[in-house]
Amino acid sequence: MAQATLETRENRRAWGFVTPALLWTIAFFVIPFIVMAAISLATRKGREIVMAFNLDNYITFFEKAHLLKGLFVSLEITFTVTIISVVLAYPLAWIIAERVPQKWQRMALIMAILPFWTSYVVRSYSWLLVLAKNGVINNTLLHIGLIAEPLELASTRTATVIGFVHFFVMLLTLTIYANLVQMPPNYRRAAADLGANGFQVFWHVVLPLTLPGIMVGAFLTFVLCIGDYITPQILGGNNELALPQVIMLQLGRRADFPMAATLSIILMAVVTLAYIACARWLKMERT
Amino acid sequence: MISSRFSKIASWVYLATLYGFIFLPVAVLVLFSFQDGRLPVPPFNGATLKWYGEVFADSRLMSALGNSLMVAIGSSLVACVLGFCAAYGLARYVLPASRLQRGLLVAPMTVSYLIIALGLLSTFNWVGISLSLWTVGIGHVMINLPLCFAIIYASMGDHQKNIERAARDLGAAEWQVMTQVSAPMLMPSILAAFFLSVTFSWDEFIIAFLLSRFDVTLPVEIWSMLRSGLNPKTNAVGSVVFLVSVALLLILELIVFRRTAKK
Repeated sequence: MAQATLETRENRRAWGFVTPALLWTIAFFVIPFIVMAAISLATRKGREIVMAFNLDNYITFFEKAHLLKGLFVSLEITFTVTIISVVLAYPLAWIIAERVPQKWQRMALIMAILPFWTSYVVRSYSWLLVLAKNGVINNTLLHIGLIAEPLELASTRTATVIGFVHFFVMLLTLTIYANLVQMPPNYRRAAADLGANGFQVFWHVVLPLTLPGIMVGAFLTFVLCIGDYITPQILGGNNELALPQVIMLQLGRRADFPMAATLSIILMAVVTLAYIACARWLKMERT
Repeated sequence: MISSRFSKIASWVYLATLYGFIFLPVAVLVLFSFQDGRLPVPPFNGATLKWYGEVFADSRLMSALGNSLMVAIGSSLVACVLGFCAAYGLARYVLPASRLQRGLLVAPMTVSYLIIALGLLSTFNWVGISLSLWTVGIGHVMINLPLCFAIIYASMGDHQKNIERAARDLGAAEWQVMTQVSAPMLMPSILAAFFLSVTFSWDEFIIAFLLSRFDVTLPVEIWSMLRSGLNPKTNAVGSVVFLVSVALLLILELIVFRRTAKK
């Protein structure tokens, strides 16, 4: 009996610790999500939001080419960025882990992160300075006579991709590096002793063992990239709109809240699908 | 022999190229913040501190900077306290559905900030809460709480449990155990969570943009400066933000990681 009351008291205390955080999450994450999902089922009449509880907005999304295109633009940019970033980051992580002397590795990683401590709005702006019509690249190329006319670099998809790749190369270098240094050196020695050459060791031993790190980094890249508004807005401009830009357009000029909510739910569904695919794959790898 | 020498040189060239790519924009940003002229693009006309003077004389920018610091520190404190308590409760007690609770607490990490911001905006509109720095702070606690919880929860090991038990046996009350035994032991990870939260909040744009009205944070103010196009003053603000953030990174490195390294 005494044991039981002690346990309930302990239990009550434990709930006391956890409840504030849970309540905060429910009030400012779960409920807002439900509200947004409900609004996505509403329609806009003038400036009023009328609850209609139908799927009209979702149907409109698939019917209107400019809305659907936003999703495809976002997906294309995201896949391009993820692939380029992995391809660029892997050798960098490998060089830092293998070629840079041990005592300098930490320094090398800190240096890689350093430029990203500017504000993230400022980072995209800095790329504008580099890519603008009168910017650093055009100026240099004109100066050495490689081109006669300035290139259109800003306000293109290329600019968006460069801005994203810049950030995600750093991120992926960190996740892949963490995987590379965790790998016991014996594995590679064993493979080499069994007659594998440098490339075979890499392809059959190192790469498969670091694949989880690549996948985690690639998933992070996917999530952060597809939901970002700043980079495509500042660097890509208004020539072609990514999904977050389309969402912000609904909010701003068109004041169509239900459509913005619908697009957000669709964005979230895409991310969830990517997460499920990634988690499945990682589970399969482990077993 | 030759091939290994070649691969060595290739490695260093690759390393230098990628570091060049990583540093290019920030170098251009800082260099042209000293531009003596109206355009922050080549050619470089000579150095002046004029634009920094303008930044510090700009009352809107300075109040945005103050707002940013206030929101960052306030929201990070709340997120750390909530996260620490939740981690303590879930790591030290057996609660029903604890897996579900942990899942719920970290769930916001997997959702884009844009969606969190839109959800909160719809809810605040619906309930009739007007937008202010408070609503921005609420949003920032929401994005930082999962992070604080995850970092602190991950560092709560079993060896600390025994020390806490010893304190309890010696007659310490639960709040004493928590504040005088557990919190000091976990201080490195609590500080890491706090400083990470501060930098995330300090740098966050979309939530601050959608959930604020008259008083804005620094990223939002910089965003509105961008409408005037390329401008050395924007470079100067960016460089100041960069310096502040690097200072934060140094503090984090010196306080937190030195201490963990010693242990």
